[in-house]
Amino acid sequence: MARVNGRRLPWARTVFWLYVATLMLPLLWMFGMSIRPNEDILGSFSLVPQRVTFDNYATFFTDSAWYSSYLNSIVYTSLNAVLSLIVALPAAYAFSRFRFAGDKHLFFWLLTNRMAPPAVFLLPFFQIYQSVGLFDTHLGVAIAHMLFNVPLAVWILEGFMSGIPREIDETAAIDGYSLPRFFVRIFLPMIRSAIGVTLFFCFMFSWVELLIARTITSVNAKPIAATMTRTVSAAGVDWGLLATAGVLTIVPGAVVIWFVRNYIAKGFALGRV
Amino acid sequence: MSVAGGQVAGEVVTGEAPAEEEASRAPLKRRDNRAWWLVLPVVLSVAFTAVIPLMTVVNFSVQDVFSPVDRVFVGLEWFQSISRDPEVRAALVRTLLFSAQVLLLEIPLGVALAVVMPRRGAWVSVALVLVALPLLIPWNVVGTIWQIFARGDIGLGGWTINNVLGINFNYTLDPADAWITVLVMDVWHWTPLVALLAYAGLRSIPEPYFQAAQIDAASAWATFRHIQLPRLRGVLTIAILLRFMDSFMIYTEPFVVTGGGPGNATSFLSILLSKIAVGQFDVGPAAAFSLLYFLIVQVFCYVFFTVLTRSGR
Repeated sequence: MARVNGRRLPWARTVFWLYVATLMLPLLWMFGMSIRPNEDILGSFSLVPQRVTFDNYATFFTDSAWYSSYLNSIVYTSLNAVLSLIVALPAAYAFSRFRFAGDKHLFFWLLTNRMAPPAVFLLPFFQIYQSVGLFDTHLGVAIAHMLFNVPLAVWILEGFMSGIPREIDETAAIDGYSLPRFFVRIFLPMIRSAIGVTLFFCFMFSWVELLIARTITSVNAKPIAATMTRTVSAAGVDWGLLATAGVLTIVPGAVVIWFVRNYIAKGFALGRV
Repeated sequence: MSVAGGQVAGEVVTGEAPAEEEASRAPLKRRDNRAWWLVLPVVLSVAFTAVIPLMTVVNFSVQDVFSPVDRVFVGLEWFQSISRDPEVRAALVRTLLFSAQVLLLEIPLGVALAVVMPRRGAWVSVALVLVALPLLIPWNVVGTIWQIFARGDIGLGGWTINNVLGINFNYTLDPADAWITVLVMDVWHWTPLVALLAYAGLRSIPEPYFQAAQIDAASAWATFRHIQLPRLRGVLTIAILLRFMDSFMIYTEPFVVTGGGPGNATSFLSILLSKIAVGQFDVGPAAAFSLLYFLIVQVFCYVFFTVLTRSGR
């Protein structure tokens, strides 16, 4: 086999890894901050930590305000991913298989919700979630994040499902499968990767969002991102602890991304590549 | 906005001809209005998370609220005052300018990155994960990373600019430095999205195209210009519009780094809006602002949808 997919420029590899190195630099720097004592951070500038300490990590995992808000974020994010998927699956199937009254309008309308600036919803969310008893609950945040995740999930799933020939549905129908049985037994296993990608994207967008999550929580469901503002006190910013929290918030994303690494690009294109 | 909900029962399929014509375009999709039962959960969930809140915003936007029991109908007064407000207009211009710069930098850079990205071998997975990593970092942490990195005293980036390059750089005092910091942060954060999209697009180009180019002894540039770039049109449309939308509603990252300052230098629409809504609790103006903001997004969204459905599939 000759060169695959076009000629490779001779310096392509170098350029690419240089870019990745640049990309990693701010991340590594933050990691460096998290493992040095605060006196060293503010004292003299040094590229490599002079003294290495894991005190900040110890603080994070022993102070309940820190680790409980970390858990809060994981709980509502997972809940949101599952809820969004369950709601979106039948709808995506409907969009990929049937034409029905108003389908195109509905599809567009869903898209507009993915694109709506979260700031627009701040005002009513605070009041509505308080009045229905969802304020400061994990379920509340999970539902609020469905605002942008359900449309996204429908879009991604529809893209993947449309790639599966409709003959399969028809054959199953001839074989006597009812729609629900066909869907669960045959169709879902066929779109496993799409489900993985969808869960990943819902998890990701819920995990990175702060504005809405912060607005509709106070204590019990407070996200880790909101707790990070605690590091600013009268004595100044606790840079070490702030960096530690930052490093730890990257971990869940880095773990889940590994599982869907071959599909992320397609998912970002809403299943349309 | 809620057009779709109203049409469910009302619409009747009329006449044979248009139905047949549509059928020839999508020969395998069956027309079946019972499909509405399948989309019902989505409609309900989005109704709760989007429609009801939006109706509340409309309600606020035409009233002057003094207290929950004391409110006066003011008509379109808030809309007029918001659309004439110099601060809002300045923020709109600023946000548009920011979005334009983001697109000009991230799209070419992302495509370039996709072209040089490894396509086979053991390092592909590692490369993909490393490139995608910034996309998975909570937005406030992205802010934190750059807040630290760009500082002159404790950040590698800021320190290098000040002490190695000898340029006086301080994003908390100088408006231009603050703007550059936010822009570089966004490029760092979101170029990977463009790169991943373009990468997926490049991988979907059939091999014979490249073999043909090789036989013709086409240069690398010619191959890119005439084979790869045209084939990227679809994914780049998505990339451009996604990046436009998201940069147009940027909030968290600049809020953490600069808080909208110094002065108003990085006060984008979302930052100004949440300042009015949550900071000052001016419900009426904030609601009118929200609706105008939403309207602008809707217009762009419509363009997005039209272009996407025309070029895709």
